[in-house]
Amino acid sequence: MTGVCRLLVVLWVMIGCMAPAVTKAGDEPEPLIPKGKGERCVEETGYMRRNHMELLKHQRDETLYKGIRTKRHSLQECIACHTVLGSNGRPVTIASPEHFCNVCHAYVAVTPDCFMCHASTPGPSDPLPFGDSNKGK
Amino acid sequence: MSTHCTCIHAETCQAGPIGARSCNTCGHGSDRTSDTPVPVETVSRRCAITGALSALVVSHGVLLLLSNNNVAAAKPADQPVSRTIRWGLLVDVTKCAEGCSSCVDACREEHGWTGFGRPATDPQWIRKLFLKDRATGYAVSLPLMCQHCEFPPCVDVCPTGASFRRADGIVLVDRHICIGCRYCMMACPYNARSFVHETPNNQQPHTPRGKGCVESCTLCAHRIDRDRPLACVERCTEIGHQALLFGNLNDPRSEISQRLTIYTSVRVRPDLRTNPGVYYQGL
Repeated sequence: MTGVCRLLVVLWVMIGCMAPAVTKAGDEPEPLIPKGKGERCVEETGYMRRNHMELLKHQRDETLYKGIRTKRHSLQECIACHTVLGSNGRPVTIASPEHFCNVCHAYVAVTPDCFMCHASTPGPSDPLPFGDSNKGK
Repeated sequence: MSTHCTCIHAETCQAGPIGARSCNTCGHGSDRTSDTPVPVETVSRRCAITGALSALVVSHGVLLLLSNNNVAAAKPADQPVSRTIRWGLLVDVTKCAEGCSSCVDACREEHGWTGFGRPATDPQWIRKLFLKDRATGYAVSLPLMCQHCEFPPCVDVCPTGASFRRADGIVLVDRHICIGCRYCMMACPYNARSFVHETPNNQQPHTPRGKGCVESCTLCAHRIDRDRPLACVERCTEIGHQALLFGNLNDPRSEISQRLTIYTSVRVRPDLRTNPGVYYQGL
């Protein structure tokens, strides 16, 4: 009986010590998502995190087959808005771990194949964000 | 005689009654509208009236120089392309300068395709050809690219549906589903398609390109959709050659349609009945 009580006490102490580590916000490794250019994204952030791939897939077919080139869900616009500048002041490519897409995809261990064909940096006509103000949160 | 055939061969055409929608002789079909093939015979007949129309030709030529009407008709960005439009290109071979490759350079810069010094396998969306009649010595220089056929063999043979024809007549490759089998390259009578053998690293935002896919001239669809002239046409006009004219073949009032009614023109391999959208004048 004493042994059982001692075990329970030890367990209670262990759980008590661990609980704050599990629940305390900020201790988990989280991706440091670079901020986009505008005030807000084209859709609500949570929705974009879950469904951006569906939006892109839909838009790609609309563009390719129907010639619809609206900007709202265009990959080109995503890239232009979420540009991350490197130390040389130029937009980083998908080869860099700092690239906007890489930050999350590396975290969740997903390899998107968009950039096997698509450009991962904005075109010359797209205005670049100023300085490195878009880095970090 | 098939009741479907309404072209000049209608009296002699033996087009089969079942599913026959085109003439056996020239491919002319009653269901085709203003972009019907121009049989060589028709072209030669037109030659007879060319002299009578010479005054009109001259005045029209002056108009062509004055107006830069190569810009496509406006389409709202959220509207799909329309079947009422058939984009086409008219190449005036007599104005195409030998040794000039401005259209090729413009295309390369616009779409980011580059060579690696391996002509057999390098991408080639548009290329310059030099043709010479051995009997007469008559020589011409002309650009050759995807002919954007109405009945494209590349689309027929594609096993995945990646090769397709847009409603407005532009033949494209959906790289998302292209498996790189290259059947379309074998099927294309114009040798207009290329396979990407190397990993590209300088893609333009408007032209995705990837290793393992087949590609060809897109007729600058991204420019057409944004109401801008084609890269090759723009460059050719800029340098003053004016050898390329782009427009809507379905619109009888368009510059290209009007010029086609006045000048003789041919398509490459009309016998294959692919009904290309690219016309050559002076060939």
